[in-house]
Amino acid sequence: MSIKVFVPRDSSALSLGAEKTAKAVAAEAAKRDVDINLVRNGSRGLFWLEPLVEVETPKGRVAFGPVTPRDVPGLFDADFLNGGSHALSQGLTEEIEYLKRQERLTNARVGITDPVSLEDYLAHDGYRGLQNALKMSPAEIVKQVTDSGLRGRGGAAFPTGIKWNTVLNAQGGQKYIVCNADEGDSGTFSDRMIMEDDPFVLIEGMTIAGLAVGATKGYIYLRVEYPHAHKNLNAAIAAAEQAGYLGANICCSGKAFDLEVRLGAGAYVCGEETSLLESLEGKRGLVRFKPPLPAIQGLFGKPTVINNVISLASVPIILDKGGDYYKNFGMGRSRGTLPIQLAGNIKRPGLIEKAFGITLRELLYDYGGGTASGRPIKAVQVGGPLGSFVPESQFDTPLDYEAFAANWAVLGHGGVVVFDDTADMAKMARYAMEFCAIESCGKCTPCRIGSTRGVEVMDKIIGNVDRAKNIALLRDLSDVMLNSSLCALGGMTPYPVLSALNHFPGDFGVE
Amino acid sequence: MSQPDWDKNAVTQVIDSLKDIPGAMLPILHGIQDTLGYIPKGCVPMIANALNVSRAEVHGVITFYHYYRDTPPGKHTIHLCRAESCQSMNGIELETHAKAKLGIDYHETTSDGDFSLEPVYCLGNCGCSPAISIDGEVYGRVSPERFDEILDDVRAQA
Repeated sequence: MSIKVFVPRDSSALSLGAEKTAKAVAAEAAKRDVDINLVRNGSRGLFWLEPLVEVETPKGRVAFGPVTPRDVPGLFDADFLNGGSHALSQGLTEEIEYLKRQERLTNARVGITDPVSLEDYLAHDGYRGLQNALKMSPAEIVKQVTDSGLRGRGGAAFPTGIKWNTVLNAQGGQKYIVCNADEGDSGTFSDRMIMEDDPFVLIEGMTIAGLAVGATKGYIYLRVEYPHAHKNLNAAIAAAEQAGYLGANICCSGKAFDLEVRLGAGAYVCGEETSLLESLEGKRGLVRFKPPLPAIQGLFGKPTVINNVISLASVPIILDKGGDYYKNFGMGRSRGTLPIQLAGNIKRPGLIEKAFGITLRELLYDYGGGTASGRPIKAVQVGGPLGSFVPESQFDTPLDYEAFAANWAVLGHGGVVVFDDTADMAKMARYAMEFCAIESCGKCTPCRIGSTRGVEVMDKIIGNVDRAKNIALLRDLSDVMLNSSLCALGGMTPYPVLSALNHFPGDFGVE
Repeated sequence: MSQPDWDKNAVTQVIDSLKDIPGAMLPILHGIQDTLGYIPKGCVPMIANALNVSRAEVHGVITFYHYYRDTPPGKHTIHLCRAESCQSMNGIELETHAKAKLGIDYHETTSDGDFSLEPVYCLGNCGCSPAISIDGEVYGRVSPERFDEILDDVRAQA
């Protein structure tokens, strides 16, 4: 009987040489005349161990990592196919502390299955949520999602059930489900991992959303920087169509839902929902005024559910196990789990799905093991390029939308980027303004002009030109951007800028 | 009128196959860039005609999005991540090295036509910073030395 060997095809694993490792494993097995079944799974999200090779044994999957092609003959010599001991052995994968202490609901299958195998998806509880949803009325589906307490995981944290209910009750013929897969927030990769490593869960979530609000057409607006996600989504959509999980008659229910992937073109602002809709319609990604809400007049002027990848990918487990099951994870008004992306200067970077309530300190030290450089952590930026820099004094704050808001910080999409003490926060503040200037859609003045003025003011502060005066000007400018920008790009750029200034005034030359 | 130095038939084919889908503009632009490597200025009136919009609108869309280009790229396009996570792992050092090694700045192509260099704001590989991608393949933990090795590899494959 052939032995199952897993070598990931996730782009982070590939970026560290997983393709060469997979080829080396196959070649060595052929050379030794050993019968293996090489499965290209997703990544477990333990990036310091990638490429992580796993072998299926009677006791469970055993992990070896990081495995380079050079290590492969030695692994065969050590009988790794039967879980033999080797310097790279990490023991049973499920027992690795980093994984074992997680609560993987949305990412339940990520790293375990072959991402584009529908058979694998079904064998790991896939499409159970849809089967339940098909037995419910639209209002009952929406109620489950509302009861779960799920809030938009893209960053704005708006209750998903309320959004769906608005679309359900909207009049307007054709309705749409749009998935915001423009994961432009730097420091985040959980959308990418879902789409590359378990695309069916997103497809299932969108199908359920379609049933819930009466939409028959869905679009995934995917950033062009994710070619592997594009390939896997298209392969999964084709497989789902073939098996009757998408199309004119979903699972013989008489209900229709079609799905299509559309590519963005490298504009950060298109992650803003109304800009995204403009882009999908074939226009410049200019942010729209609200109202009307997309739920009432969205894509092509029709009622539209627009949700982030993780929000939609969390729907299948809610419909499978019930809203209450999901709600029992988390704290306060932050219910369920958040896939946290630990990145930057950190010893053990990775994907950590945990119930809300874990503290930054636990993440950074218990999971992350401190910085990769071995130097002290100076700050972390949470929630992407528009998130605040959080200093050490706030590391005990639990991950909770409201607790972060109380510190004038955001959780955003759950990205945590770590900086050691060599980071210059004035330069980071300048970069935040520069990024806003590059990516501004240009519709509103505070963002378009304010960001360029912001770069100039930061240059003066860094160059020690009229420092006190320019810091006052920076605060004034930030105030204008915060309070009068049309969307979060201009409106939140002051978060990294002012948090850097307030927590690290020394870097700005302020005593 | 002189003949364009790009394949007009290929562009016509892309436009014809996509012009009737809702929101056809970006799919058409992607189709052309995938086929030719860039979007020649001469395509603008063809797209405008097919979609019944003004040439200004087409031009506006092309120039709004960083990904689209109106000049031919080098044989390989390097996207170098400038975002925070990569900065925290010596990304600026990598950026300086890459520009010096290639002898070009962002949005330029090496004189031998081998490499174009473009900035990118996140490749979603933040657990393995700093990151670059070449022709869509992502590379992680790219030190200046590894950058040189990758370039040699890519050249050898060509």
